[in-house]
Amino acid sequence: MAETSVAHAHETHDHDHDNDGLWEGAREPFKASYGKLMMWYFLLSDAFTFAGFLIAYGALRFSMPTWPEADFVFASFPFVNAHWPLIFVTVMTFVLIFSSVTMVRAVQEGHRENKNGVVFWMFLTILGGAAFLGCQAYEWTTLIAKENMTVSVNPFGRHVADGIYLNTDGTEAKNTDGSTKTFVKGDAYLLHKHGVVRNGQTVQEFDVPKLKYTTGVYAGQVRDAEFGPKAFGALFFFITGFHGFHVFSGVLFLSIIAINAAGGLYAARRNGYEMVEKIGLYWHFVDLVWVFVFLVFYLL
Amino acid sequence: MSTLTYEEQKALVFRGLFLLGFITIVEVVIALFAKGHLIHGVKFSEGFGHYLYMLLMIAFSLFKAYFIIFKFMHMEHEVKGLALTVLLPTTLLIWAIIAFFQEGNSWGERRNQIKEKNEEIIKPTPVGKPQGFYYIPGREAARLG
Repeated sequence: MAETSVAHAHETHDHDHDNDGLWEGAREPFKASYGKLMMWYFLLSDAFTFAGFLIAYGALRFSMPTWPEADFVFASFPFVNAHWPLIFVTVMTFVLIFSSVTMVRAVQEGHRENKNGVVFWMFLTILGGAAFLGCQAYEWTTLIAKENMTVSVNPFGRHVADGIYLNTDGTEAKNTDGSTKTFVKGDAYLLHKHGVVRNGQTVQEFDVPKLKYTTGVYAGQVRDAEFGPKAFGALFFFITGFHGFHVFSGVLFLSIIAINAAGGLYAARRNGYEMVEKIGLYWHFVDLVWVFVFLVFYLL
Repeated sequence: MSTLTYEEQKALVFRGLFLLGFITIVEVVIALFAKGHLIHGVKFSEGFGHYLYMLLMIAFSLFKAYFIIFKFMHMEHEVKGLALTVLLPTTLLIWAIIAFFQEGNSWGERRNQIKEKNEEIIKPTPVGKPQGFYYIPGREAARLG
């Protein structure tokens, strides 16, 4: 009795490797291996998670009278002290597209049982993933350290009406050329921090300028400039962070599978490097999610 | 799944790279143009032009998504049942988008209403008007209940 169950377990184990186990039934459901089908269903559930996050972004955005302007918020570029709207994030998108394309090549070489090809193209894919993470680190660092955005503080706002900037003494602020410093409805602004002496110590605090409105419901009134919608920071860091976490775990799994492939593990299985195909599905999904993160955060 | 020859597969990869890259560049150029960064003073960020812009961006993104799923992830070579079980559930998101955006809009209306009410200046009842009446400016005094 014990003998037969051991033999059965051994047989199952072999089938996992040969990929002709047909899931212990007579036929493979959907003509796909168990692992590949489950990867598809995992990706479906992950798509719902991301969709939930992005829909929450949309709902909160719809509920606010103003929303930070993407081409004003995302306009920094490494080593360049200029306003380059959306250029850096385009570079990031290209990095991800390239790494997706090299992944397709790795899967193709896998189907041809070409070990060196698989390892070479997977190596390029890992490099692409790491480069993307580096870009994201730069983007986050700029927003947190330079522009003072956190999950609960959003210094990026937009004016709700036309008006004039005032100095602290109540006089009209002037531009460097002597003209009055004005703003119009829809203009984006960033509140900066400046050093303030409190109890003998200099601390960094937000400099909130006074605004005199000339149109809108506040016409004629003087009010403090407002912070942008609070939800923006939390949504940005959680959604791009969750995507970055997917990229990070993808890089980890790609590295493990590339090392296994180089060691000849998948060549011995003779199943067309199916493991590479499965991690390929995951990696393309990460690119797919980025298409929508790019759309929602940067384009709309 | 390998109904394509090796050469055809490689051609597909480079077509994919070109297509996805090209669409991304077109998207960004349109975005910069629409927001007035390319030609000074020319922008369509309000009204009909804005809706057209958003529709265009969503269409481009959906096409990119289609290309990644069907070509790079080989969904077109999978059995129909597999494709349907993965793709059909995502149509539920159409409901989610409509429902939650409408809800978000409603939050915004409530928030505006509260803000307006908080800042409303209430006129005191003029002297000589009978007590126990609500005075609505421009209308006759009406007894409540």
